[in-house]
Amino acid sequence: MEIEKFSYDNRIVRNFAIATMIWGIVGMLVGLVIAFQMYIPALNFGIPYISFGRLRPLHTNAVIFAFVGNAMFMGIYYSLQRITKSRMFSDLLSKVHFWGWQSIILCAALTLPLGITTSKEYAELEWPIDILIALVWVVFAINMFGTIVKRREKHMYVAIWFYVATVVTVAVLHIVNSIEIPVTLFKSYSVYAGVQDALVQWWYGHNAVAFFLTTPFLGLMYYYLPKAANRPVYSYKLSIIHFWSLIFIYIWAGPHHLLYTALPDWVQSLGVVFSIMLIAPSWGGMINGLLTLRGAWDKVREDPVLKFMVVAITAYGMATLEGPMLSLKNVNAIAHYTDWIVAHVHVGALGWNGFLTFGILYWLIPRIYRTNLYSKKLANVHFWVGTLGIVFYAIPMYWAGITQSLMWKQFTLEGILQYPNFLETVTTLIPLYAIRSIGGTMYFVGVIIGVYNLYKTAKLGTLEANEPAEAPARETMNLATPGETKHRWLERKPLQFALLATVLVLIGGVIEIIPTFLIKSNVPTISSVKPYTPLELHGRDLYIREGCNNCHSQMIRPFRSETERYGEYSKAGEFVYDHPFLWGSKRTGPDLHRVGNKYPNIWHYLHMQDPSQISPGSIMPSYEWLQKDDLDVSTTEAKINAMRTLGVPYPKGFEKIANDDLMKQSKIITDDLTKNGATVTPEKEIIAMIAYLQRLGIDIKGEAPADMKGAK
Amino acid sequence: MYKQVLEHITGVEIFPIISFIIFFVFFLLMLGWVLTLSKNYIRKMENIPLDEDSNSEKSHNLNAGGLQ
Repeated sequence: MEIEKFSYDNRIVRNFAIATMIWGIVGMLVGLVIAFQMYIPALNFGIPYISFGRLRPLHTNAVIFAFVGNAMFMGIYYSLQRITKSRMFSDLLSKVHFWGWQSIILCAALTLPLGITTSKEYAELEWPIDILIALVWVVFAINMFGTIVKRREKHMYVAIWFYVATVVTVAVLHIVNSIEIPVTLFKSYSVYAGVQDALVQWWYGHNAVAFFLTTPFLGLMYYYLPKAANRPVYSYKLSIIHFWSLIFIYIWAGPHHLLYTALPDWVQSLGVVFSIMLIAPSWGGMINGLLTLRGAWDKVREDPVLKFMVVAITAYGMATLEGPMLSLKNVNAIAHYTDWIVAHVHVGALGWNGFLTFGILYWLIPRIYRTNLYSKKLANVHFWVGTLGIVFYAIPMYWAGITQSLMWKQFTLEGILQYPNFLETVTTLIPLYAIRSIGGTMYFVGVIIGVYNLYKTAKLGTLEANEPAEAPARETMNLATPGETKHRWLERKPLQFALLATVLVLIGGVIEIIPTFLIKSNVPTISSVKPYTPLELHGRDLYIREGCNNCHSQMIRPFRSETERYGEYSKAGEFVYDHPFLWGSKRTGPDLHRVGNKYPNIWHYLHMQDPSQISPGSIMPSYEWLQKDDLDVSTTEAKINAMRTLGVPYPKGFEKIANDDLMKQSKIITDDLTKNGATVTPEKEIIAMIAYLQRLGIDIKGEAPADMKGAK
Repeated sequence: MYKQVLEHITGVEIFPIISFIIFFVFFLLMLGWVLTLSKNYIRKMENIPLDEDSNSEKSHNLNAGGLQ
């Protein structure tokens, strides 16, 4: 057989490795800042760009797409070349992928602090960046499939399957969830509204976790763990079952993010059942990983790489057992909207993704630099500081979540809420928030030590940019061998394989999503629910810009503890004009769905100026700039037009007089504020914000919303 | 309220049932496949990542005694 000589591209692996370390530091640093802001709100120094609501999406995006994303690409570009025994399909595409991805991250780092956001979690980036993401992803897909097609190894190792599933599913998720109608270059409205938007968003949000944070990293586990332990995976058969069951089941579980909301009951139940089933493949994968080390546990004691990997896989097992538990309705009723969820995701992010990434880095950097690790001792220090960091992060957050939830639900013997003041349930948690920030700091220190160690390692050696390799030519690989099974036929044909994986993933998506498209015409119309006035619409966009939805929900669940506290529970029909939906997923502050007409205008005015003045001990930051900045009304016409295109019944010609209507309404609010002692003019942003807040949830109470000419 | 929303969609109750049938049929077929895979094939597959085909890996593993 002819032996071909070629080389592996290590430079691209190195570049992604540097990127994951740099963005990891940035993303975690932003996380630390907001962890401190949680109990020292003044830490934004009155600067809008670094207020909690704007930094929180920056933190999640940086960690998910920049840190984990670059780590994923690093791991894939190194392992894919070796398990296919061929160089990446195109060096140019590799470079375009690398720089394209970094420019997306840079755009995110610039736009999110500026308040340019769609508000949909983990999909906050605005439409021009969405298009860029789709293009770069296609480049990555071509590069990957090109490599698989021209491979020299006849068979596709299981890691490749996970990579393929990642590429196709993330593409589908991103495109479906990002369908939006542009208003300006930096503003768009989701084409979906209310219930439908929520379902599409959490179908996306859940599967972003599944196919961005889980499947690619399982692929990496199946390659790097056997490499580091120098022995094959425990059971290859189990890995096949793991793969197909996981991708098939995962896609269904999204609705468990919306339990007890205004989402149809059968969709919720389906989400719960599939979530519980998910335990089986997840634990199959974890067991397969841990048992790979059977008879090699002595190595784990000595080798920091294996230590990191063992904790990562264990964290994966814990998070994937906890996830299904959290999707049980009775558990979810307690955990949802609380810090429990924050603990849950950080076990996944810090443990599974973070530790697997550093395990791989410690293994890979010495190899591509042809040297040994600079300091095993430092790697061990990193391991212990990081592990303790995770513990000190997670435990206070579980504690906080359960404490707060029980306080929310506590009634006195007389049947009234024991803690009617929401703030009381927040101030109790402040010591726990402080411990959490210490845990986060420890983890961060570990990362800095790790990066230093890897930098010194690189300094010790020289990068072998093109690593020579040889393998038999692929002359006969596409011919069937007699007696082969169907699966072997399948895994020789990458395109058929990708197609089957896509179909599987789509079945779940389609069965879930189609009925909700039918729902659109079936949501019971509530005749008193009217479109927002132009001023309220602007206020809503300010609410989105400031990221209020990161701390406040707008979804009252049908529990007595919630209806007592907030008022009537939320109905599907109330959200028909909400493009996008703003239900939120965390209550750091109280729910706002029925806040309309609850307080006088002046209360909101003073509260935005200095929350702790009105509510002593409040951890909400000041939004003083809303009182100083003028509202941009030049976009009113475009906004009304866009909303009408999406089916919001603004009367014909209304866009032309919308600004007159806006001024009229803002004068009324301004007069009221002035009467009560505030010095404010009608063109300030605060007026729009107050108008929006005062409108929330009042339509079904029969309290007439502000008059809007013709829009009836 | 949820039921009211969905009652208007004809035959919606069939959706969850379809989901389950599709999944279990698929799962059984896959299980059938996996159980018929030959030992030789499995051995070959699981060793793919461990094939040391490039120079640096060989020399590295020699230096580091296979573990770093």
